[in-house]
Amino acid sequence: MSNHSEAVEHVGGTTLTFSYVWIALLAMTGIEVFLAYEQLPTLIMLTALLGLSVIKAALIIAYFMHLKFEKFSLFLTLFPMLVLCILLMMLIFMPDSVRSLQMRMVQ
Amino acid sequence: MSEAKAATMDSVWQGGGSPYAIGSKKFGMWLFIISDALTFSALLVAYTYVRLATPEWPKPFHFSPSIIFSSIMTFCLLSSSLTMVMAVHSMNHGNRKATVGWILATIAGGLAFVVLHLTEWLNLINNEHVTTSGNEWGVPLFGGTFFALTGLHMTHVVIGVIYLGIIAFAVGRGKFKYEDVEVSGLYWHFVDLVWMFIFPLVYLMSAKI
Repeated sequence: MSNHSEAVEHVGGTTLTFSYVWIALLAMTGIEVFLAYEQLPTLIMLTALLGLSVIKAALIIAYFMHLKFEKFSLFLTLFPMLVLCILLMMLIFMPDSVRSLQMRMVQ
Repeated sequence: MSEAKAATMDSVWQGGGSPYAIGSKKFGMWLFIISDALTFSALLVAYTYVRLATPEWPKPFHFSPSIIFSSIMTFCLLSSSLTMVMAVHSMNHGNRKATVGWILATIAGGLAFVVLHLTEWLNLINNEHVTTSGNEWGVPLFGGTFFALTGLHMTHVVIGVIYLGIIAFAVGRGKFKYEDVEVSGLYWHFVDLVWMFIFPLVYLMSAKI
Protein backbone atom coordinates (compact mmCIF):
# COMPACT_ATOMS: atom_id res chain seq x y z
CA MET A 1 0.00 0.00 0.00
CA SER A 2 1.42 3.37 -0.92
CA ASN A 3 2.09 6.15 1.58
CA HIS A 4 -0.42 8.30 -0.23
CA SER A 5 -3.31 5.88 0.23
CA GLU A 6 -2.35 5.37 3.92
CA ALA A 7 -2.56 9.09 4.60
CA VAL A 8 -5.94 9.37 2.94
CA GLU A 9 -7.26 6.28 4.71
CA HIS A 10 -6.83 7.59 8.22
CA VAL A 11 -8.15 11.07 7.96
CA GLY A 12 -10.41 11.82 10.91
CA GLY A 13 -10.05 11.56 14.64
CA THR A 14 -7.94 14.27 16.18
CA THR A 15 -5.98 13.96 19.40
CA LEU A 16 -8.64 16.05 21.12
CA THR A 17 -11.41 13.68 19.94
CA PHE A 18 -9.53 10.68 21.28
CA SER A 19 -9.00 12.47 24.62
CA TYR A 20 -12.75 13.17 24.88
CA VAL A 21 -13.50 9.51 24.17
CA TRP A 22 -11.01 8.47 26.87
CA ILE A 23 -12.66 10.83 29.39
CA ALA A 24 -16.13 9.50 28.45
CA LEU A 25 -14.93 5.93 28.95
CA LEU A 26 -13.48 6.77 32.37
CA ALA A 27 -16.69 8.58 33.37
CA MET A 28 -18.83 5.57 32.39
CA THR A 29 -16.52 3.29 34.39
CA GLY A 30 -17.08 5.57 37.39
CA ILE A 31 -20.86 5.31 36.91
CA GLU A 32 -20.56 1.51 36.75
CA VAL A 33 -18.67 1.40 40.07
CA PHE A 34 -21.30 3.72 41.61
CA LEU A 35 -24.14 1.48 40.34
CA ALA A 36 -22.47 -1.60 41.84
CA TYR A 37 -23.06 -0.17 45.32
CA GLU A 38 -26.71 0.69 44.75
CA GLN A 39 -29.13 -1.92 46.06
CA LEU A 40 -30.62 -2.88 42.69
CA PRO A 41 -32.19 -6.24 41.74
CA THR A 42 -29.69 -8.52 39.96
CA LEU A 43 -31.41 -8.43 36.55
CA ILE A 44 -31.76 -4.61 36.53
CA MET A 45 -28.13 -4.25 37.64
CA LEU A 46 -27.03 -6.67 34.91
CA THR A 47 -28.98 -4.76 32.26
CA ALA A 48 -27.61 -1.37 33.36
CA LEU A 49 -24.00 -2.57 33.52
CA LEU A 50 -24.26 -4.40 30.18
CA GLY A 51 -25.84 -1.33 28.54
CA LEU A 52 -22.97 0.89 29.69
CA SER A 53 -20.42 -1.74 28.58
CA VAL A 54 -21.96 -1.90 25.10
CA ILE A 55 -21.71 1.92 24.79
CA LYS A 56 -18.07 1.78 25.94
CA ALA A 57 -17.32 -1.02 23.48
CA ALA A 58 -18.94 0.95 20.65
CA LEU A 59 -16.79 4.01 21.47
CA ILE A 60 -13.60 1.92 21.54
CA ILE A 61 -14.45 0.20 18.24
CA ALA A 62 -15.56 3.40 16.48
CA TYR A 63 -12.76 5.75 17.57
CA PHE A 64 -9.79 3.83 19.02
CA MET A 65 -10.08 1.01 16.46
CA HIS A 66 -10.88 3.54 13.69
CA LEU A 67 -13.89 1.61 12.39
CA LYS A 68 -15.84 4.88 12.10
CA PHE A 69 -13.30 6.00 9.49
CA GLU A 70 -13.26 2.76 7.49
CA LYS A 71 -15.55 1.79 4.62
CA PHE A 72 -19.03 0.81 5.75
CA SER A 73 -18.68 -2.52 3.91
CA LEU A 74 -16.00 -3.58 6.44
CA PHE A 75 -18.44 -2.98 9.30
CA LEU A 76 -21.20 -4.88 7.47
CA THR A 77 -18.88 -7.83 6.86
CA LEU A 78 -17.69 -8.14 10.44
CA PHE A 79 -20.29 -7.01 12.95
CA PRO A 80 -23.85 -8.11 12.06
CA MET A 81 -22.93 -11.79 12.35
CA LEU A 82 -21.04 -11.19 15.61
CA VAL A 83 -24.04 -9.39 17.12
CA LEU A 84 -26.38 -12.10 15.82
CA CYS A 85 -24.29 -14.88 17.40
CA ILE A 86 -24.12 -13.08 20.76
CA LEU A 87 -27.87 -12.37 20.71
CA LEU A 88 -28.61 -16.01 19.86
CA MET A 89 -26.46 -17.19 22.77
CA MET A 90 -28.18 -14.77 25.13
CA LEU A 91 -31.72 -15.45 23.91
CA ILE A 92 -31.28 -19.22 24.03
CA PHE A 93 -29.49 -19.55 27.37
CA MET A 94 -30.44 -16.61 29.60
CA PRO A 95 -34.16 -17.38 30.09
CA ASP A 96 -33.14 -20.90 31.06
CA SER A 97 -30.75 -19.60 33.73
CA VAL A 98 -33.50 -17.53 35.36
CA ARG A 99 -35.93 -20.49 35.19
CA SER A 100 -33.26 -22.72 36.74
CA LEU A 101 -32.84 -20.22 39.60
CA GLN A 102 -36.61 -20.09 40.22
CA MET A 103 -36.82 -23.90 40.28
CA ARG A 104 -34.02 -24.06 42.85
CA MET A 105 -35.68 -21.36 44.99
CA VAL A 106 -38.98 -23.36 45.02
CA GLN A 107 -37.14 -26.49 46.19
CA MET B 1 -22.91 1.39 -17.02
CA SER B 2 -20.11 3.62 -18.21
CA GLU B 3 -16.91 2.08 -19.52
CA ALA B 4 -14.85 3.62 -16.72
CA LYS B 5 -17.16 2.26 -14.01
CA ALA B 6 -17.23 -1.18 -15.60
CA ALA B 7 -13.44 -1.20 -15.71
CA THR B 8 -13.25 -0.30 -12.00
CA MET B 9 -15.65 -3.09 -11.04
CA ASP B 10 -13.75 -5.59 -13.15
CA SER B 11 -10.61 -4.55 -11.37
CA VAL B 12 -12.14 -5.07 -7.91
CA TRP B 13 -13.70 -8.44 -8.69
CA GLN B 14 -10.55 -9.68 -10.41
CA GLY B 15 -8.40 -8.98 -7.37
CA GLY B 16 -7.10 -5.70 -8.70
CA GLY B 17 -8.38 -3.64 -5.78
CA SER B 18 -9.28 -4.01 -2.13
CA PRO B 19 -13.05 -4.02 -1.54
CA TYR B 20 -12.55 -2.74 2.00
CA ALA B 21 -9.75 -0.31 1.11
CA ILE B 22 -7.52 -1.78 3.82
CA GLY B 23 -4.41 -3.95 3.72
CA SER B 24 -4.50 -7.72 4.10
CA LYS B 25 -2.73 -7.61 7.49
CA LYS B 26 -5.34 -5.29 8.91
CA PHE B 27 -8.21 -7.34 7.52
CA GLY B 28 -6.61 -10.49 8.91
CA MET B 29 -6.40 -8.91 12.36
CA TRP B 30 -10.06 -7.86 12.16
CA LEU B 31 -11.06 -11.45 11.34
CA PHE B 32 -8.99 -12.73 14.28
CA ILE B 33 -10.58 -10.14 16.58
CA ILE B 34 -14.09 -11.17 15.55
CA SER B 35 -13.34 -14.86 16.13
CA ASP B 36 -11.70 -14.09 19.49
CA ALA B 37 -14.68 -11.91 20.40
CA LEU B 38 -16.92 -14.94 19.87
CA THR B 39 -14.71 -16.99 22.21
CA PHE B 40 -14.93 -14.39 24.96
CA SER B 41 -18.67 -13.91 24.31
CA ALA B 42 -19.28 -17.63 24.83
CA LEU B 43 -17.26 -17.57 28.07
CA LEU B 44 -19.06 -14.46 29.33
CA VAL B 45 -22.48 -15.91 28.49
CA ALA B 46 -21.54 -19.14 30.29
CA TYR B 47 -20.32 -17.15 33.32
CA THR B 48 -23.47 -15.02 33.40
CA TYR B 49 -25.62 -18.15 33.04
CA VAL B 50 -24.18 -19.84 36.13
CA ARG B 51 -24.08 -16.49 37.95
CA LEU B 52 -27.83 -15.98 37.47
CA ALA B 53 -28.77 -19.63 38.03
CA THR B 54 -26.94 -19.97 41.37
CA PRO B 55 -28.87 -18.54 44.36
CA GLU B 56 -25.84 -18.29 46.69
CA TRP B 57 -23.28 -16.96 44.21
CA PRO B 58 -20.25 -15.72 46.19
CA LYS B 59 -19.58 -12.00 46.51
CA PRO B 60 -15.94 -12.01 47.59
CA PHE B 61 -14.87 -8.68 46.10
CA HIS B 62 -14.45 -6.19 48.95
CA PHE B 63 -14.21 -2.51 48.04
CA SER B 64 -10.64 -2.58 49.28
CA PRO B 65 -8.57 -4.04 47.74
CA SER B 66 -10.57 -5.87 45.01
CA ILE B 67 -12.83 -3.14 43.56
CA ILE B 68 -10.17 -0.43 43.97
CA PHE B 69 -7.57 -2.63 42.28
CA SER B 70 -9.87 -3.66 39.42
CA SER B 71 -10.90 -0.01 38.89
CA ILE B 72 -7.23 1.02 38.69
CA MET B 73 -6.66 -1.90 36.28
CA THR B 74 -9.49 -0.52 34.11
CA PHE B 75 -7.85 2.92 34.23
CA CYS B 76 -4.51 1.36 33.19
CA LEU B 77 -6.03 -0.41 30.18
CA LEU B 78 -8.10 2.59 29.05
CA SER B 79 -5.08 4.89 29.35
CA SER B 80 -2.87 2.41 27.52
CA SER B 81 -5.44 2.40 24.70
CA LEU B 82 -5.11 6.18 24.48
CA THR B 83 -1.30 5.97 24.36
CA MET B 84 -1.62 3.29 21.64
CA VAL B 85 -3.83 5.64 19.62
CA MET B 86 -1.09 8.27 20.01
CA ALA B 87 1.52 5.75 18.84
CA VAL B 88 -0.50 5.03 15.67
CA HIS B 89 -1.03 8.78 15.20
CA SER B 90 2.73 9.45 15.51
CA MET B 91 3.59 6.66 13.09
CA ASN B 92 1.08 8.09 10.61
CA HIS B 93 3.06 11.33 10.76
CA GLY B 94 6.35 9.46 10.29
CA ASN B 95 7.65 10.21 13.79
CA ARG B 96 9.26 6.89 14.74
CA LYS B 97 10.87 8.16 17.96
CA ALA B 98 7.54 9.37 19.35
CA THR B 99 5.91 6.12 18.21
CA VAL B 100 8.38 4.05 20.23
CA GLY B 101 7.79 6.30 23.27
CA TRP B 102 4.00 5.93 23.08
CA ILE B 103 4.25 2.14 22.56
CA LEU B 104 6.53 1.88 25.63
CA ALA B 105 3.92 3.85 27.61
CA THR B 106 1.29 1.36 26.39
CA ILE B 107 3.48 -1.55 27.50
CA ALA B 108 3.85 0.09 30.92
CA GLY B 109 0.06 0.26 31.22
CA GLY B 110 -0.21 -3.40 30.26
CA LEU B 111 2.45 -4.46 32.76
CA ALA B 112 0.77 -2.45 35.54
CA PHE B 113 -2.48 -4.26 34.69
CA VAL B 114 -0.82 -7.69 34.91
CA VAL B 115 0.93 -6.91 38.23
CA LEU B 116 -2.29 -5.60 39.79
CA HIS B 117 -4.27 -8.55 38.44
CA LEU B 118 -1.82 -11.09 39.87
CA THR B 119 -1.93 -9.27 43.22
CA GLU B 120 -5.72 -9.48 43.12
CA TRP B 121 -5.58 -13.19 42.27
CA LEU B 122 -3.22 -13.84 45.20
CA ASN B 123 -5.54 -11.89 47.52
CA LEU B 124 -8.47 -14.06 46.38
CA ILE B 125 -6.48 -17.29 46.77
CA ASN B 126 -4.81 -16.50 50.11
CA ASN B 127 -7.44 -14.42 51.93
CA GLU B 128 -10.73 -15.67 50.47
CA HIS B 129 -9.47 -19.25 49.91
CA VAL B 130 -10.83 -19.45 46.36
CA THR B 131 -9.33 -22.10 44.08
CA THR B 132 -10.32 -23.36 40.64
CA SER B 133 -12.20 -26.27 42.21
CA GLY B 134 -13.62 -25.04 45.50
CA ASN B 135 -14.26 -22.27 48.01
CA GLU B 136 -15.81 -21.78 51.44
CA TRP B 137 -19.22 -20.84 49.95
CA GLY B 138 -19.62 -24.27 48.35
CA VAL B 139 -19.88 -22.90 44.80
CA PRO B 140 -16.90 -24.44 42.98
CA LEU B 141 -18.10 -23.00 39.65
CA PHE B 142 -17.19 -19.53 40.90
CA GLY B 143 -13.45 -20.24 41.03
CA GLY B 144 -13.50 -22.30 37.83
CA THR B 145 -15.26 -19.66 35.75
CA PHE B 146 -13.46 -16.70 37.38
CA PHE B 147 -9.94 -18.01 36.82
CA ALA B 148 -10.75 -19.31 33.30
CA LEU B 149 -12.21 -15.99 32.16
CA THR B 150 -9.72 -13.61 33.79
CA GLY B 151 -6.83 -16.00 33.07
CA LEU B 152 -7.60 -16.09 29.35
CA HIS B 153 -7.83 -12.30 29.31
CA MET B 154 -4.56 -11.91 31.21
CA THR B 155 -2.91 -14.27 28.70
CA HIS B 156 -4.08 -11.93 25.94
CA VAL B 157 -2.59 -8.95 27.80
CA VAL B 158 0.77 -10.73 28.25
CA ILE B 159 0.84 -11.70 24.55
CA GLY B 160 -0.06 -8.07 23.70
CA VAL B 161 2.82 -6.74 25.79
CA ILE B 162 5.27 -9.09 24.01
CA TYR B 163 3.77 -8.20 20.60
CA LEU B 164 4.07 -4.46 21.30
CA GLY B 165 7.64 -4.96 22.56
CA ILE B 166 8.59 -6.55 19.24
CA ILE B 167 6.85 -3.76 17.29
CA ALA B 168 8.57 -1.03 19.38
CA PHE B 169 11.97 -2.67 18.90
CA ALA B 170 11.50 -2.96 15.14
CA VAL B 171 10.07 0.55 14.70
CA GLY B 172 13.03 1.95 16.68
CA ARG B 173 15.39 0.22 14.24
CA GLY B 174 13.62 1.76 11.25
CA LYS B 175 11.71 -1.40 10.30
CA PHE B 176 7.98 -2.00 9.91
CA LYS B 177 5.46 0.34 8.37
CA TYR B 178 2.50 2.33 9.57
CA GLU B 179 0.11 -0.58 8.96
CA ASP B 180 2.09 -2.89 11.28
CA VAL B 181 1.75 -0.44 14.17
CA GLU B 182 -1.94 0.07 13.43
CA VAL B 183 -2.58 -3.69 13.38
CA SER B 184 -0.85 -4.14 16.75
CA GLY B 185 -3.00 -1.25 18.02
CA LEU B 186 -6.17 -3.06 16.89
CA TYR B 187 -5.16 -6.08 18.97
CA TRP B 188 -4.42 -3.94 22.02
CA HIS B 189 -7.74 -2.08 21.81
CA PHE B 190 -9.54 -5.42 21.56
CA VAL B 191 -7.89 -6.58 24.81
CA ASP B 192 -9.10 -3.33 26.39
CA LEU B 193 -12.60 -3.85 24.94
CA VAL B 194 -12.93 -7.35 26.42
CA TRP B 195 -12.04 -6.02 29.88
CA MET B 196 -14.91 -3.50 29.55
CA PHE B 197 -17.24 -6.53 29.85
CA ILE B 198 -15.26 -8.64 32.34
CA PHE B 199 -14.91 -5.79 34.87
CA PRO B 200 -18.66 -5.15 35.38
CA LEU B 201 -19.88 -8.73 34.87
CA VAL B 202 -17.30 -10.46 37.06
CA TYR B 203 -16.16 -7.87 39.60
CA LEU B 204 -18.96 -5.31 40.00
CA MET B 205 -21.79 -7.88 39.88
CA SER B 206 -20.10 -9.74 42.76
CA ALA B 207 -18.98 -6.75 44.83
CA LYS B 208 -19.41 -7.30 48.57
CA ILE B 209 -21.72 -4.57 49.88
